Amino acid sequence: MMRVIYVLWLRQLKKYGRSKSRVVGAVGQPLLFLLALGYGLGSVFARAGKGDYIQFLVPGVIVQTILFASIFWGVNILFDRMLGFLKELLVAPVPRLTILLGSVLGGATTGFLQGALVLLVSLAIGFRPYSLPLTLVAFAIMAMLAIGMTSLGAGLGSIIDNMPGFQAVNNFIIFPLYFLSSSLYPLDSAPPALKIIAMFNPLSYAVDALRGTLINQSHYGLATDFAALGITMVALIAFGTVCFRRIQT
Amino acid sequence: MNSPTIAVDHVTKSFGDVTAVDDISFEVYPGEIFAFLGPNGAGKSTTIKMLTTLLRPTSGTLRLAGKDVVREQAAARKAFGVVFQDPSLDDELTAYENMELHAVLYGLPRAMLNERIDMLLKLVELDARRGSYVKTFSGGMKRRLEIARGLLHEPQILFLDEPTLGLDTQTRNVLWAYVRELSRDRKMTIFFTTHYLEEAEDIADRIGIVDRGKIVAMGTVDELRQQTGTDSLEGAYLALTGKAIRDEEVSAGDNMRAHMRARRR
Repeated sequence: MMRVIYVLWLRQLKKYGRSKSRVVGAVGQPLLFLLALGYGLGSVFARAGKGDYIQFLVPGVIVQTILFASIFWGVNILFDRMLGFLKELLVAPVPRLTILLGSVLGGATTGFLQGALVLLVSLAIGFRPYSLPLTLVAFAIMAMLAIGMTSLGAGLGSIIDNMPGFQAVNNFIIFPLYFLSSSLYPLDSAPPALKIIAMFNPLSYAVDALRGTLINQSHYGLATDFAALGITMVALIAFGTVCFRRIQT
Repeated sequence: MNSPTIAVDHVTKSFGDVTAVDDISFEVYPGEIFAFLGPNGAGKSTTIKMLTTLLRPTSGTLRLAGKDVVREQAAARKAFGVVFQDPSLDDELTAYENMELHAVLYGLPRAMLNERIDMLLKLVELDARRGSYVKTFSGGMKRRLEIARGLLHEPQILFLDEPTLGLDTQTRNVLWAYVRELSRDRKMTIFFTTHYLEEAEDIADRIGIVDRGKIVAMGTVDELRQQTGTDSLEGAYLALTGKAIRDEEVSAGDNMRAHMRARRR
C-alpha cells in the first residue's frame, strides 16, 4: 500500500517537473502581485501607518500561490478521466481511496513547493520572517492548505466534464475566495461588511495564520486560525473523496 | 472439462430504461480464445466493463477464475489484464514508467520487476523506445505497449476490447500472433470483442454472436453454420441478426448510452 501511494505521488511530481511552463506560470503570477502591489502601494500603506506593505503582503501571496496551484492541479484528474488513464488505475487491485490519497499527496507537494519557492524569492526582495521556529510552523500551515485545496481540486476534476468548465468554476471559487479574504488588506481597518464576509471565508484564516507565524501579526489569533483551517481541510478532503468515489467510466 | 475461467450467469445491465445487456450467460475455459461478435451498440463493451469491474451488473453474477467481480473485487482484478478500446496510458510518462507503475499497482515483487518489463518490451518490440515518452508513440505502438502492460502481472485472463480498431494490417497480424501464442503456451484465456467477421473466424475457438444485448448464438464456426444451415460465418451471422455488419451503424440505444455517459460524468 505504501509502495502504491509512493509511485502515485512520484507520478504527480514527475509530470509536474516535466512541464516547465506549469512551474514558471505558477510562480510568475504571485510574484507579479508581490512586486506590482508591494512596490506600487507600499508608500500609501506606510503613510496610513500600517508599516511595511511587502512584509504584510508576502503571507497573502504565498496563500495565493498554493490556492491557485493546488485547485488547478485538479485538471490532472480531469485529464486522467478524459484521456483514459484513470481506467488503468480503477481496474487495478487497489482501493480507490489509495489512488486518491497518492495522487492528492503528489498534487499537494507541488502546491507546497511553489509556496515555499515564493517565500524564498520574497526573502531576496527584502522580506524578513519574524523567527525561525515560527517559520517552521508556517510550513505546516502551508502543507495543510495545500492538502485541503488539492482535495478540492481533485473533487472538481472528478465531477466537471471539460476544461472550460473547470476554468469557469475555478474562477468562481478562486477569485472571490482570494479577494474577499485578508490577503491584500488588513481586516482591522476594513468596513464591517467586508469583515463579516472575510470571517466566513476559510482562506482568511490561512492568511492570518501565516501572518501570525511569519510576521507575528494576527487578527483572529493562531488557535482560531488552526481550528478553522483544520475544519476546512477535513471538509475539503471529504468533498474530494465523495466526488472521486462517484467517478464512472 | 476444467472449471471455467470466465463464468457469466444471467447477467443484465440497464441504464435507466435502456437495457444494454439482457440476461446473458456464457463460460470460457482455460486456454480458450473466445470472441464476442456483434454490431456497435450490441452490448460488447458493456459486458467487458462489467467483467473488468468498471460497471456493476444490474442483476446476475460474473466470476473470473472463480472470484465474483462484485464481492471479491480485488482478487478478481488480479486475475485479468485488459486492453481497452481507447488508450489508457499516461502520455507524459515513458514506456518504462507506465510499465513500472502497473507493476507496483499489481504488487509485483521488486526483484522480478525489471526483468519482466524488459522481456515484455522486447516481445512487443518496444525495448529500443523504453525511455521515450508515450506521447511520441504511434497508435500501433501505444496499442502494443498496452498489451505488454496488460500481460505484466501474468493474468489468467486477457480481455481485448476491439483491439485492432484503427490498426494497420501488419500490426494486426503481429498482435494476433502474440495472442495465439499466449493462449497456446501459457493457457491464457482470451476474451475479445470485434465487429469484424474475418477476425472472429480466423482467431477465435468459439464465438458468441451478440445483438441488442442478447447472445443470439454461440459455438465454433462449424457449429454456427450447422445451426443456421448456412455455408459461412457471414451467412450464419446474417441469418441470426438479419443484417450485415456495418461500421457506421449507430443504434438509438448507442446514442442514448453515450448521452447518459456524458451526463453521469
